[in-house]
Amino acid sequence: MRSISRLTTAGVLGAAALALLTGCLGSSGSDSGGGQDANRNADAKKVELTIGSNSVKGGKSSAGATFLEDVLIPKFVADQKGKGVDVTVKFQGDGSDDEVYKQKLSLDLSNRSGPDLFQIDGIWVGEFAQAGYIKPLTDTVGDAAKVNDWDGWKQIPESVQALGSFNGQRYGVPGGTDGRVLYFNKKLFQQAGLPADWQPKSWDDIISAGQALKKLPGVTPIQINAGTAMGEATTMQGVLPLLVGTGATVNTDGKWLGNTPQLRQVLDFYHQIYSTGLGDPVLQKEAKGRDKSFAEFAANKIGILGESDYFWRSVVEPKEGVAKMADRDSAVGWALIPAMKPGAGVKGQDFVSMSGGGATVINPNTKFPQQAWELLQFMNSAEMVKASLDGAAKITQRSDVNSEVLASDPMLSFIAEKVLPITQFRPGLAEYPKISAALQQATADVVAGKSTDAAASAYEKAVETAAGGKDKVTSN
Amino acid sequence: MASPSAPVEGVGPARGRPPARDVAGLGVGRALGFVAPAFLLIGAFLIFPALWTIYIGITNYRLTGVEAVSPSIVGLSNYTKALNDALFHNALWLTLLFVLGSAIIGQNILGFTLAWIMRRTRPAVRRTVEAFVLLAWILPSTVVAYLWVAFYDRDGGTLNSLLGTSGTAWLIDYPMACLIVFNTWRGTAFSMMLYSSALQAVPPSQLESARMVGASGWQTLRDVVFPHIRGHVLTNTLLISLWTANDFSPFLLTKGGPNHESETVPVYIYNVALQGGELGYSSAISFLLLIANLLVSLVYLRLLRRRS
Repeated sequence: MRSISRLTTAGVLGAAALALLTGCLGSSGSDSGGGQDANRNADAKKVELTIGSNSVKGGKSSAGATFLEDVLIPKFVADQKGKGVDVTVKFQGDGSDDEVYKQKLSLDLSNRSGPDLFQIDGIWVGEFAQAGYIKPLTDTVGDAAKVNDWDGWKQIPESVQALGSFNGQRYGVPGGTDGRVLYFNKKLFQQAGLPADWQPKSWDDIISAGQALKKLPGVTPIQINAGTAMGEATTMQGVLPLLVGTGATVNTDGKWLGNTPQLRQVLDFYHQIYSTGLGDPVLQKEAKGRDKSFAEFAANKIGILGESDYFWRSVVEPKEGVAKMADRDSAVGWALIPAMKPGAGVKGQDFVSMSGGGATVINPNTKFPQQAWELLQFMNSAEMVKASLDGAAKITQRSDVNSEVLASDPMLSFIAEKVLPITQFRPGLAEYPKISAALQQATADVVAGKSTDAAASAYEKAVETAAGGKDKVTSN
Repeated sequence: MASPSAPVEGVGPARGRPPARDVAGLGVGRALGFVAPAFLLIGAFLIFPALWTIYIGITNYRLTGVEAVSPSIVGLSNYTKALNDALFHNALWLTLLFVLGSAIIGQNILGFTLAWIMRRTRPAVRRTVEAFVLLAWILPSTVVAYLWVAFYDRDGGTLNSLLGTSGTAWLIDYPMACLIVFNTWRGTAFSMMLYSSALQAVPPSQLESARMVGASGWQTLRDVVFPHIRGHVLTNTLLISLWTANDFSPFLLTKGGPNHESETVPVYIYNVALQGGELGYSSAISFLLLIANLLVSLVYLRLLRRRS
């Protein structure tokens, strides 16, 4: 008797709650397709906007946060005041890991809230678009001509525009981009009898330089990011540049890369480095391994390191870098990443690279779509993009700004002139993060001592699950 | 309306409970009014999220991508996926190891030993030591975790200096051992406090008798002390096992790495939910963890009831 009455109560409560929950979940997607008036509040004289960004003053990407808060917002507010509009712009900074920032944003957006404008990584654009969290700019702003006639687009190269686009439609305005090279320590190179203007022409050249460096005591010759602890850095700085050096890309004709000869060549290269003492396997497993590798490079303990121009601008930068090198300009050399063999790279290239970057997008649920679009244009005007650099050199989205500010920095001019023309971007597809995780795992397996074949076949299984079937994966 | 004198079944502890009665002469309506806020809070913050988790666990809900727009019910496929998921099996095994090593063995033995040693010291000394040991327990786990990260660090970590093993990456080479030592250290204070008070309940006359008949230390422990504190041991073991099984601090030390070697179930849930965005699957695993915890609690409660 007692247990029955208990069960009944629990059952009724449970059923009621489930009914409630089912209703909740159902409603989140049911009305997302409905169009909104893009001109809502277009004539408002009192406007409130929020900008979200994974940056915070004094912390992660401090310079970006400082620019948004101290320069952009006051200028935009003053500019609007001149037009008789009273605008309040709030900055919603964050300082989390990228995945955490992404999930926080996703949760906000799925509840139809979140900042009016926000910055996201280019590879999230596809996922966010598929989830309906963001809409093509022409939908959000309403007027296609208004969006397409913005004069800023002419200054943003098409390849860079891809960072804010998905399926041929513009979802946001891209921020700057970057490129990857091999950095080398000229002091160690001199001690090892290697040239100061080193430029490897094949993977073998990298290995032989590594073998020369190995003779120096206490030096790790080569650091190519590997493993899961480094996260996306492994994919971007390691696997993908190597992969395009074999002529393959991670997604070709709508199919994801499986257990192919090119993948095995990449894993073999990892094996060559990490099983022969040319690289430090422990560093690849440490939670802070990437930061440690930076510190070791700055302390003249690493000979060759694959990284983006971020390394030059923000890591070994003499004054504000996280691993400052006072003699950076004379001690750090850079070289293009060679294809496996000359001509073996994607599109028959001798040298290859990968680029990333982000975009600023408008929340389709903003109360003020027209004003948000004005702010987005203002933010990406030549004047503001230049102001965002605050005297530092960085590859921006705008060609006019680049030609002016990069001239003084040989490294960044090198990226803009030599690397960007040969670079590749990651596919902005929803499955990409999982494929990337599978690639990281494959390198982790090799570093941990598994054979290339075993790592590659485990990788293929993971990719089939992530992509949703064997027919979506290339293999042979 | 129930008669005030009728015993209310199913309320209060099963054993030797006093008959329930309408103490202040309140009607059922008013009584419900008093308990409603508590029920509301428990409902909103405990039952609702738990049911929500169960529901999400049978959908393919993701945070981004197409399934974020229109999640659909996929039945028990998340659970069958868990059954075949080698990483989940790995996480279960590591969690078991973590609980067994750091809670059931480590914290219990060390906590009891400290309490046993301390019972004869002067109260002032005992209180000072207790306060000192308790620090480990009251410090925020993030602070403690980062102290231990520094302690284990490969370059310049205290452990390497102490042992003269320069360059050993403890958290990489022996991640589970490091976690077990860390959690034993952190949780010992609680066990010590609990056993200290339990030991005070052992009648000194019995200890004295044992001493007079020439019982060895081990015999005294086994035949005199342990029967008195059995309930405490079981309760303590249950509590610290559950805390350890749900503990998230492994994430702070190793993030579950290297290569999933220290990925306990809570860390795995986090990684699946926040790195893979798979809310449906992570909810299903969370529910499995809840079931496991409930089963463990039931076993302990049974033991507790039988022994007492």
